[in-house]
Amino acid sequence: MQKQAIFQSKLLPYALVAPQLAIVLIFFYWPALQAVIQSFLLQDAFGLSTSFVWFENYLDLFKDRAYFEAIVRTFFFSFAIAVSSLSFALLLAVMADKPLRGGTLYRTLLIWPYAVAPPVVGVLWIFMLHPSLGVLSRYLRNLGIDWNPLLDGDQAAALIILAAAWKQISYNFLFFLAGLQSIPRSVLEAAAIDGARPMRRFWTVTFPLLSPTIFFLLVVNIVYAFFDTFGIIDTMTRGGPGKSTETLVYKVYTDGLLGGNLGSSAAQSVILMIMVIVLTGIQFRFVERKVTY
Amino acid sequence: MALRHFGAAAALAITVGLSASPALAVTEIQWWHAMTGANNDVIVKLANDFNGAQSDYKVIPTYKGNYADTMNAGIAAFRAGNAPHIMQVFEVGTATMMAATGAVKPVYKLMQDAGEKFDPKAYLPAITGYYSTSKGEMLSFPFNSSSTVMWVNLDALKKANVEIPKTWPEVFDAAKKLKAAGHATCGFSNSWVTWVNLEQLSAWHNVPLASKANGLDGFDTVLSFNGPLQVKHLENLVELQKDKTYDYAGRTNTGEGRFTSGECPLYLTSSAFFGNVKAQAKFAFSAVPMPYYPDAKGAPQNSIIGGASLWVMGGKSADEYKGVAKFLTFLSDTDRQVFIHKSSGYLPITKAAYDKAKADGFYKDQPYLETPLLELTNKEPTDNSRGLRLGNMVQLRDVWAEEIEQALAGKKTAKQALDAAVERGNTMLRQFEKTAVK
Repeated sequence: MQKQAIFQSKLLPYALVAPQLAIVLIFFYWPALQAVIQSFLLQDAFGLSTSFVWFENYLDLFKDRAYFEAIVRTFFFSFAIAVSSLSFALLLAVMADKPLRGGTLYRTLLIWPYAVAPPVVGVLWIFMLHPSLGVLSRYLRNLGIDWNPLLDGDQAAALIILAAAWKQISYNFLFFLAGLQSIPRSVLEAAAIDGARPMRRFWTVTFPLLSPTIFFLLVVNIVYAFFDTFGIIDTMTRGGPGKSTETLVYKVYTDGLLGGNLGSSAAQSVILMIMVIVLTGIQFRFVERKVTY
Repeated sequence: MALRHFGAAAALAITVGLSASPALAVTEIQWWHAMTGANNDVIVKLANDFNGAQSDYKVIPTYKGNYADTMNAGIAAFRAGNAPHIMQVFEVGTATMMAATGAVKPVYKLMQDAGEKFDPKAYLPAITGYYSTSKGEMLSFPFNSSSTVMWVNLDALKKANVEIPKTWPEVFDAAKKLKAAGHATCGFSNSWVTWVNLEQLSAWHNVPLASKANGLDGFDTVLSFNGPLQVKHLENLVELQKDKTYDYAGRTNTGEGRFTSGECPLYLTSSAFFGNVKAQAKFAFSAVPMPYYPDAKGAPQNSIIGGASLWVMGGKSADEYKGVAKFLTFLSDTDRQVFIHKSSGYLPITKAAYDKAKADGFYKDQPYLETPLLELTNKEPTDNSRGLRLGNMVQLRDVWAEEIEQALAGKKTAKQALDAAVERGNTMLRQFEKTAVK
């Protein structure tokens, strides 16, 4: 079989990929390069005075306890968001996979939250759980719980995790449902005939067959928790109280845009960029090999 | 680069295409601002009136989002080489703007160069002090100024049989009684936690927030708000937070609804909250001066302002600057200032406008609108109460708020929290000093 397309001219293939290359170069490599350059500079907000400081911005970051705490916090958040939204989505998908009356309706409703923009998610949850505006907070207080995420960092963190996980459930649900539906019925039926009960069937047959999906979703969810929760944090807590909900991405924003410390902000972006590269690498390496157990 | 030229060319093509009439004689002046609602209407009216009054210049106001957005948009535009002529910057951005020598054109110099009549003494010193160098040179033009006042729910006080408190101990006492009388979740509270409980508190009691006249005399300033008065005040709040006699309402003004809904009968925030109170409060209300500690020597001193001023950006032509100068003169006009004052609730910036509003009997029906002015002019401003000018102020405030939150949550003592806030703030100030243009 012929594997290579044959072009008459040597230039034609380059000309054909040129638009795509140009877009990638202008919209990805150029800003990424700018970030790398900026991370070596010390500059005021207006760009009037610039000095080249080598790795000082990076060194300052590694000396900064707050940065270390933000890293730990971000990993904790990602883990909590990924685990809670994955497990809940799997539960919903398993239930929606059963023959149900009105199943399509349930499925459609479960997909809806994915269409909501992160800041809107933040506002929605604020209306439910803001200490003075929230509808649910009143119930919590009546139950004797001192609900005040404006002051209690753990509660604020829980609030962010809850809202962020909630939004991601739909996405995970979709993939899980598709994954479940692609599991051959015959395997499950064979297990049933062998006398395996539903729980056992799930853990020994369904779950292992879903593992590629689970792994893919785990990476996607971590990337989501890292980067896309910005809007939720900004509308709900703005990183507070204290620093208890400040993730790495939010810190890039506060230091760079609010604080005008562009050098440090750029250095943080570069570190984040490296993290994404690593995560993507892991994903390609393992998903391409199709994790199975 | 190429893209920008393309954009400019396209914009030019569109402009030329649309304006067939010879509009070349008119110099356009871009004015970026952050005003919404009724205040946006005021801005549009001011621009229209100015454009109608002469035919050489045309002021074009553009809304650019909230204060921080507007400032960031302006900075980004400057970096890209098309800054607006006039930019509205909130008071905490003052140091950042001032440090940008070359990026801005000081107002006193603008007026001098353009030959406009300009007397800095005509403006209220409590307002202009914030925007002037220690030599009294006005750097930006004060536009909308406010100050901290204590909003009072008169009905709630009456029901609980409490007098309007004047001092902090009286406030604590009143809040306890109000709490007993049904305001169980919040006796008193405040917005803008650092503005109210550190910045204004320090000025009002004539104690320094930072060295070098709170930063007005130079960027090599060192924070000092961990003194006995500030620590004592925070200790009081921490103590009262425990049973919600005081209840923290967040870093910005998102908690203001707690006053208008009737939940918190005593609430310290900006005098510019007036519009919302008037529209939403279903009870008799007033705004009284900030409370003070009677044992503090010389208190109350005078308050400092909030709000924003107009900065003139650098690198424009002499003709454009002439137009900007004429527009600032136009804004300073007494009748116009009275109009701004009455329609927006912001303070008049000139002495003449204040006197005129008084003579008009404006404060007879609404005496609380005079409260912020009385606070600002209570005493001759000292180095501790002229204003403050600290680099990276937006982020500084967040850092201070973080520490205060730690104290209120019981994770640190008041002293530990303020010490940490001072220390972290100083680190940021040194960082700012490094990048500031000398």
